[in-house]
Amino acid sequence: MAQIDDFLWTYQNLLASLGVNGLLALSMYVVLAIGQLSLGQAAFMGLGAYASALLTLKLDAPFPAVIAASMLVPAAVALVIGAPTLRLSGVYLALATVSLGEILRVVLVESDLTGGALGLSGIPEKAGLPLIFACLALALVAFTLICRSRIGRAMEAIREDEIAASASGIDLPAYKMAALVASAMLAGLAGALNAHISSFISPNEYGFDAAVTILSFALLGGIGSPFGPVIGAFILTLLPELLRPLHDYRLVVNGLIIVFAVLFMPHGLLVWPIGRIGAKA
Amino acid sequence: MTRPLLQISGLSVRFGGLTAVDRLDLTVEAGAIHGLIGPNGAGKTTAFNLIAGAVRRSAGEIRLDGAPVEGLPPYARVRRGLARTFQNIRLFGEMTALENILAGMHTRLKGSLFEILLRPDKTRRVERDAVTEARALLDFVGLAAVARRRAGELSYGDQRRVEIARALAAAPKLLLLDEPAAGMNPAETRALSELLQRVKARGVTVLLVEHDMGLVMRLCDKITVLNFGRKIAEGAPREIRADRQVIEAYLGAESAHALASP
Amino acid sequence: MLGQQIINGLVAGSAYALFALGLTLMFGVLGVVNLTYGFYFAVGAYLALLAAGAGAPIALALPLAAILAGLVAVVLDFLLLTRLRRTRAPELASLMVTLGATLFLYSAMSALLGSEIRRFPAGLLDNGAFALGAYRISVGQILIVGTAVLLSLGLVSLMGATRTGLAMRALAENSDASELMGVDTQAIMRRVSFLSGALGGAAGVLIGLEYNAIAPYMGEAMTLKGFAIIILGGLGNIGGALAAGLLVGVLEALTAGYVSSVYKEAVGFLLLVLTLWVRPQGLFGRPGARRA
Ligand SMILES: Nc1ncnc2c1ncn2[C@@H]1O[C@H](COP(=O)(O)OP(=O)(O)OP(=O)(O)O)[C@@H](O)[C@H]1O
Ligand SMILES: [Mg+2]
Repeated sequence: MAQIDDFLWTYQNLLASLGVNGLLALSMYVVLAIGQLSLGQAAFMGLGAYASALLTLKLDAPFPAVIAASMLVPAAVALVIGAPTLRLSGVYLALATVSLGEILRVVLVESDLTGGALGLSGIPEKAGLPLIFACLALALVAFTLICRSRIGRAMEAIREDEIAASASGIDLPAYKMAALVASAMLAGLAGALNAHISSFISPNEYGFDAAVTILSFALLGGIGSPFGPVIGAFILTLLPELLRPLHDYRLVVNGLIIVFAVLFMPHGLLVWPIGRIGAKA
Repeated sequence: MTRPLLQISGLSVRFGGLTAVDRLDLTVEAGAIHGLIGPNGAGKTTAFNLIAGAVRRSAGEIRLDGAPVEGLPPYARVRRGLARTFQNIRLFGEMTALENILAGMHTRLKGSLFEILLRPDKTRRVERDAVTEARALLDFVGLAAVARRRAGELSYGDQRRVEIARALAAAPKLLLLDEPAAGMNPAETRALSELLQRVKARGVTVLLVEHDMGLVMRLCDKITVLNFGRKIAEGAPREIRADRQVIEAYLGAESAHALASP
Repeated sequence: MLGQQIINGLVAGSAYALFALGLTLMFGVLGVVNLTYGFYFAVGAYLALLAAGAGAPIALALPLAAILAGLVAVVLDFLLLTRLRRTRAPELASLMVTLGATLFLYSAMSALLGSEIRRFPAGLLDNGAFALGAYRISVGQILIVGTAVLLSLGLVSLMGATRTGLAMRALAENSDASELMGVDTQAIMRRVSFLSGALGGAAGVLIGLEYNAIAPYMGEAMTLKGFAIIILGGLGNIGGALAAGLLVGVLEALTAGYVSSVYKEAVGFLLLVLTLWVRPQGLFGRPGARRA
């Protein structure tokens, strides 16, 4: 028992990152699964982190309400971003979400409420490892169930051919919006959990590099099933820890992974059966 | 006795300076196979896109089973009983043939998000039943053997039939087929002709765009001819074959041989 | 004060316009969202720095940097995008590949060159300035505007009046059809890559001169801004890109002058989000263009 406690204590930060990054990878997965690209996952995470941290620090709000808010705030922003862009070709969503990240960064740095460039510190540690991993497990189960249903099939159809999907009676706008909102909520949740375990947040954590890193999680694991991105996140979180020299070249490696995954392994590095009836084994 | 299923009046669409469909009136009777023919670029596919809601009309009205469909996006028209295939096949290539059919059944499958999350047992039952029905549909188009193959790796003729089965999977009242025989060999075309007769026997009305005149003349109850977006003739196959304007339109397009072939 | 801000804004805006010009050329003709574009911007700036450090005058350093940046663009385009074009991958694939490449290139660049800010050697430009009534325009600013105007005019006349330009426009309309009509699409694509890379590189030198600050990541923020500008101008619309570049430059200068220099960075993005809501085809785009 004592040994396990020791282990947890030593590796608490690493384990927490595994869980948080797993959730972020899933949030990327939902959007990629319908053939869209969002580069706003880091910004959604930041929104969740700041919303929750402010509620806790300034209003001392109860933790469940804080968590709910951390999902609702990014969801509302996703609605505002998605409404005009999801009707257009996928490039627009990608670029609009990039803009979201840049605008958020500037606002966070400028605003006194959010502590400016220094960020917020002293956030109470209300999210333990059990909560984080329970959230991840719950999300994985939910996505697996969805994957195996008509909704999962519709998402795959949209990813393959939007026009044919629409001609098959799939409500394209509703699916795209729901995916973006769900993805924003998950990223917001990840942000809140992260804020309430690491006790400190700052604007730099939610920049463009973070967004691209989240994308590399999902592309490494592949989006054939929800497990792929989570495993991708685990690998890319652990690898730099295990191979210390890799640490400085983390971004170089992430970049290479994206290039290779898209060019040579469009189905991801890990191919994982979905287990939907009627699908390929 | 007969009942109009699709009523189009004064339908027009302009792309820049080009009027691709020009004041088209068209009535398709329930239960019929109705041919829509014309030289290349006549506006047949555009007419399909207008009916299916993929292109917005500039003027005119489309009624399906008596109700106007104006403003409805393509997926909503599927719920009204409309299904289509595409001139350049659009299957979900990475999915199996069976899954393509299941995707086509989307609007008819039960299960809200909450049921899917909270009642996995029920979802499993729904999916099982759906697979049974999808297999029956594949069997109906003669493709039971390739159910588990990736749609993208099927032969051209098989892909066309999977696409027809996917459209049928929505249980449509009206089926729009855009050149289903394109790229098929004579044996496949004969099988297609027989398939379309069975589709008609199921009670599905068909609007058929096709360049294979033999097939059109054999199958259709009535034929409408378009040229430069305008209707230039309409009638039974016999009448169309003898129509001077139609022959000229095709001669002008240098495809007189298409009419000459039986 | 206001007039001076607007002048400064127009100077920065003309460099933005030049940058956006290359980007919109790349998007319009090659049909890809190529995020490595900002890398050519940074490469241009560093090459000019190198040349200037070796004693080259700006009249030599600028064109040299632009040409080399153009060559880098041709090579990167070949490595990253030929395969996707051949398999007709969806446009998001090209976006993702170039995104990954960008991350790789920038972080490799800062690992090799260091991430600190570098400056051009003093005396590269004449320190003088002209008075224009109550306003000042420095020699550097005149160089920036002059180069931007010259290169823009050059590109516009190239597009309008030469066979290559005609082939480029044909390619922009429909690559299959132009291939059938006997246009050597590969060769044209290489030329377009080179031209846009060179424009990006030249813009990098000019912006580097204007702010006299050069760092590996300078291209990253600029690419994002560049996309905001070309969407504002209407994707693929050359005149629109030029106008939107100037507009963003002026609005940024005014924001920096009257609000805060940090918010300046968000101007382009705010404009982009507003545009997407109000006029998704861009301020100067044709309606209905580029719908999904
Ligand atoms: N989205 C569009 N934008 C501009 N022009 C279009 C568009 N769609 C079709 N057209 C034009 O409208 C005309 C009719 O095209 P359509 O595809 O409907 O012809 P078609 O009768 O189906 O021909 P085919 O037998 O070759 O399939 C053509 O001139 C075509 O170029
Ligand atoms: Mg057609």
